[in-house]
Amino acid sequence: MKSPTSSERMPLGERLRRGLSNGRITSVLILLPPALILFSLFVVLPLTESGYYAFFDWNGYGTPTDYVGLQNFERIAGHSVFHMAVGNTGKIILVSLLVQMPLALLLALMIHQKTPTNAVFRLIFFLPYILAEVAAGLIWSFVFDGNYGVSASIAQAFGVESLFILADRDWAFIAILTVIVWKYFGFHMMIYIAALQGVSNDQVEAARIEGASRLQIVRYVQIPAIKPAITVSAFFAIIGALQVFDVIIPLTNGGPSNTTHTIVTYLYTFGLTRLNIGFGSAVGVILFAAAILIAVFYQRIFMKKAET
Amino acid sequence: MNPNFWRNFARVTFLIVVSAFVLAPLVATVLGGFKTNSEIRTNALGFPDSWNFEFYGSIVTDPSFWRYLGNSLIISIGTVVLTLLVGAAAAYVFAQIRFFGSRMLFSYLLLGLMFPFATAILPLFIKVRDIGLLDTWWAVILPQTAFGLSLAILLFRTFFEQLPKELFEAAYIDGCGYVRFFWRFTLPLSAPILATVGVFVFVQSWNNFLLPLVVLNSREVFTWPLGMMQFRGEYVTEWNRTLAFVTMTILPAIVFFLAAQKYIVAGLTGGAVKG
Repeated sequence: MKSPTSSERMPLGERLRRGLSNGRITSVLILLPPALILFSLFVVLPLTESGYYAFFDWNGYGTPTDYVGLQNFERIAGHSVFHMAVGNTGKIILVSLLVQMPLALLLALMIHQKTPTNAVFRLIFFLPYILAEVAAGLIWSFVFDGNYGVSASIAQAFGVESLFILADRDWAFIAILTVIVWKYFGFHMMIYIAALQGVSNDQVEAARIEGASRLQIVRYVQIPAIKPAITVSAFFAIIGALQVFDVIIPLTNGGPSNTTHTIVTYLYTFGLTRLNIGFGSAVGVILFAAAILIAVFYQRIFMKKAET
Repeated sequence: MNPNFWRNFARVTFLIVVSAFVLAPLVATVLGGFKTNSEIRTNALGFPDSWNFEFYGSIVTDPSFWRYLGNSLIISIGTVVLTLLVGAAAAYVFAQIRFFGSRMLFSYLLLGLMFPFATAILPLFIKVRDIGLLDTWWAVILPQTAFGLSLAILLFRTFFEQLPKELFEAAYIDGCGYVRFFWRFTLPLSAPILATVGVFVFVQSWNNFLLPLVVLNSREVFTWPLGMMQFRGEYVTEWNRTLAFVTMTILPAIVFFLAAQKYIVAGLTGGAVKG
């Protein structure tokens, strides 16, 4: 664009006049405000408000007047259910990194080449990802149902006592982790496949001619080449773990005895359903801080290296 | 046998085992809708002894089922249209027009990429209630659009910047203004990225649970995930009805996925990688 650059050197008044006459400023004033207003009203404002409400004891009616300082945060910090929720979120991160991503990578290496059979497998593995989390949770609560569901029928087939996995304090969260792997491994696999398809065949061929084994090619050619994709998918796994909510509700709703909460179901159960707006906002602030910290550190440590 | 055969054999076996892990719950769900409850208890995974169509029938003839789907459809389409229009307009300004503060405003609008939606859900609920939008479609459409804008603007701007500059210069000399150029040239030329972002936003909205759960209380405006949970609550012991309901709601998703596969995969993974 020639005209805008040349106008940079003109005096302000002249620049403004030019800008108005060719519609530049009017265009900005027409095209930009809808986005700014929507974003400010429904994203930025609520976010800053949760930073404010967090210091009040407030049920959401009228205006918050009962200032309680850091009490909400202290209550959260001392609440064993919250500790459990954080621990569960940590477990989701671990399983994502140690089970889900290796599985996704293995599958991606197996089916990244463009053949019709591979396309079918890809489709199957990606399928759970496009289903709604609630539907996935509901389907799996049927699978785990020891009274009427798949578990019941398997137990009957083997003539053993029915298992009530989702009502068992030790097993319920393992069941949830299974559902999470089932739901999301296809997403990570697709990221790797896209990256693997970008690796030039010449490199792989060259390594093969040099006498590299299949395993060596994977280890020394393909995985290093898709490192940025792995970095990104790990980031999504971590940020995604912070937000798990939908699958938990139909599966356990946080139970038995509040052992399967995540940070968001905790926020929902103890903040919203009981209209403890101040308390829930404080949980929101903690979640926000965690997300920002992770994003910043992650970028510092991994993304920079990936770029250069 | 040569080692290649065995390697391939192991590979295919593994792929089939994982496929079974993925598909078994889905198949059990679809088939479960045809079984009586006593049969589900004894034979949850196999084909039904007799195919009962009454459970599917009762879902399909239930007006509230269609109302849930209709609400979801309206909300999703509304969110897509609004996100594309508002997001593309803003992205166009950032890509095409240089003005004071443009970089700052751009970074401001990208803030939404940084944190989970749930962090602001409580004040959002209060806000939606105070504006008087509770139990309306807008209560879901507007916040969803606002939260989707960051990614949309980022992807749109990248795409718009790659459009040939000569085109704009030619149009500009012919007296075409910025707004008209946006409407007449930028948008039509950007069909691929509009489709990608549109599909992504649609899927997110269609599957959204937390926001509707918080801002919709009346069954008249329930989206299908809320309706489904409601239904499940009413028929706790009758899995066949719930499974028929679930099948009828995931079926459109699967058909849509098969039809728009290219855009969905690009939108859900490509968009993510670039972001």
